[in-house]
Amino acid sequence: MNYKKGIVTTVFALSALSTFAQDAKTKGLEIAKAADLADTGFNSSTVALKMILKNKNGQTSEREMHTKTLELALDGDKSLITFNTPKDVKGTATLTFTHKEGSDDQWLYLPSIKRVKRISSNNKSGPFMGSEFAYEDLSSQEVEKYSYTFLKTENNILIVEQDPVDPKSGYTRRVVSYNKDKAYRIEKVDFFDRKNALLKTLSYKGYKMYKNKYWRAATMLMVNHQSNKETTLQFSNYNFDSELSEDDFSQNALKRSGR
Amino acid sequence: MIKIKAIFICLILISIGAVAQEKEKGKLDHDFELELETSYLGYFKSASFDGQKKHFPSIAVRPEYTLSWNNGYESITAKAFFRLDVDTERTHWDIRELYYQKAKNNWELSLGFKKVYWGVTESNHLVDIINQTDAVESFDGEQKLGQPMLQYSLNTDFGTFDLFYLPYHRKRTFAGVKGRFRFPVVLDKDAIGYESGAKEWRQDIAFRYSHSLDIFDIGLSHFYGNGREPLFQFDDTGAINAFYPIINQTGIDLQITNNAFLWKLESIYRSSDAQSFMALTAGVEFTISNIKNSGIDIGILGEYLYDERDELALNALQNDVFFGSRIAFNDVQSTQILLGGISDLNNSSKIFSIEASRRFGESLKLEIEGRLLSDIDTSELLLSNFRNDSFVKISLFKYF
Repeated sequence: MNYKKGIVTTVFALSALSTFAQDAKTKGLEIAKAADLADTGFNSSTVALKMILKNKNGQTSEREMHTKTLELALDGDKSLITFNTPKDVKGTATLTFTHKEGSDDQWLYLPSIKRVKRISSNNKSGPFMGSEFAYEDLSSQEVEKYSYTFLKTENNILIVEQDPVDPKSGYTRRVVSYNKDKAYRIEKVDFFDRKNALLKTLSYKGYKMYKNKYWRAATMLMVNHQSNKETTLQFSNYNFDSELSEDDFSQNALKRSGR
Repeated sequence: MIKIKAIFICLILISIGAVAQEKEKGKLDHDFELELETSYLGYFKSASFDGQKKHFPSIAVRPEYTLSWNNGYESITAKAFFRLDVDTERTHWDIRELYYQKAKNNWELSLGFKKVYWGVTESNHLVDIINQTDAVESFDGEQKLGQPMLQYSLNTDFGTFDLFYLPYHRKRTFAGVKGRFRFPVVLDKDAIGYESGAKEWRQDIAFRYSHSLDIFDIGLSHFYGNGREPLFQFDDTGAINAFYPIINQTGIDLQITNNAFLWKLESIYRSSDAQSFMALTAGVEFTISNIKNSGIDIGILGEYLYDERDELALNALQNDVFFGSRIAFNDVQSTQILLGGISDLNNSSKIFSIEASRRFGESLKLEIEGRLLSDIDTSELLLSNFRNDSFVKISLFKYF
């Protein structure tokens, strides 16, 4: 009898555990969706961006760029990034069509020879312009690109583990801190490498609300714990009134932005 | 030249008018950039022909100015170029760009001197035809002269349509007496005439349709007008007769982007009274990215080049194979290396190349370019003249 009881208890415990796991997954996804919904409806935005690269000896190097983003309801966002400095790459620009599922489409404009080149979006884990940001860190964060597990609540912070769907990602998982009192804005992300060791931490600072709805950080600091290098992104002149359309994200627009 | 000046003056007047209107609204953006280059170009071997030099130190200046208004939808862009060199023909200046542009909704209009690039392959640029090549400036043909044009571009859901009206033809410059990459006879740019009675003022047109659909990027183009490449005819005495023929050129370029693989094709059919031919470049580029989390990308390139003109192909790429590798370190200094080799499948001729660059600090860049012409077959009608012209070029750029 004891034996039978044992089985029943185990089965019960296992199913409770799996229900619990299922709950954690559901809750994680719900939080990600809530954060996505809270940021829906901005249509388009432009922002100036300064990237400060710091090596382990504290030497710094700067890049300035300009970003335009177009929000799409049915598919991922479109974005256009144009470099202003370093001067030798001035006018170099990238146009990215993010897709909720499958590979993103990406074009690179080389202003010296006026060439638009379709490039592979395969390189997700590689560094963006020598910085501590990987391409995947800067691409549009679509809900469909991760699977979710809710971990815990700490005061007003909800901590969710995100596992990238794409096997080409450089991470096994990301641990994301959402602020439930501030429209689920992200406060911090810990990145774990393919060996599941802590690789980087991204902190969001100087949040400001735009259009009474959208939280945007003035500073994003990425610290690489393994190389001791850091990259700071400073955002300025956020504009949510530019009323951009798909025509501002064509290959002609890409060429115009770099001239 | 007088008419060119007239075009310039008209452009400047139009621009001043447009700018004056906007200035009252006070929403003008200015941008001035200046690039200085000092370089040394050295040839390994002694000259093939009398007068040719071995060492070519030179300096170049590239100022540019952009004025934009109407949230960037209207602009005037001006980019000039000047080089001072040992070879008098290589000492030259050019208006690379001087144009007014207006974009509205899904269309765009450009008027003035502009550069336009078409194509997808790396070892050869067949489809690209709008601009004349600045042949004394670049071995790979990627440096171009500004082309006067009126361009109208329309973006639709089923592709982009581009119309070009090209009112003036610019001749290609060839190396002077002291320069390398020339024939025994120095080609005088001005002595090369036209098939067309209207000469450089023949009114030329071009059309291009391009579309990006899923993993496909396709372009179809047609050009009707003065050819950009002069046609060489050799008579029995070996004398060269060269002229710019009236050509019709239809081109196709296609790239299929399948994960890390880029499949590329360019092909043209060019016809004129004197000569008709097809040419093709096709290949693949494969990139292994972020190798062992080092951030380094290594690209492998392979292309096949065919040209029906055979020996008369100006670039001597008639039945050749290209192999190359692109190494991007993705470091703070944007260090890059491009290695390549072209081998003729019919004979022993081979050309090896290296291009490398690295930024120093925030506003200096060092570039090294080398070409090695190896085992050039003596039967190669054009390329055999360049058999002693292997070179290395070191350039330092300063940006202000």
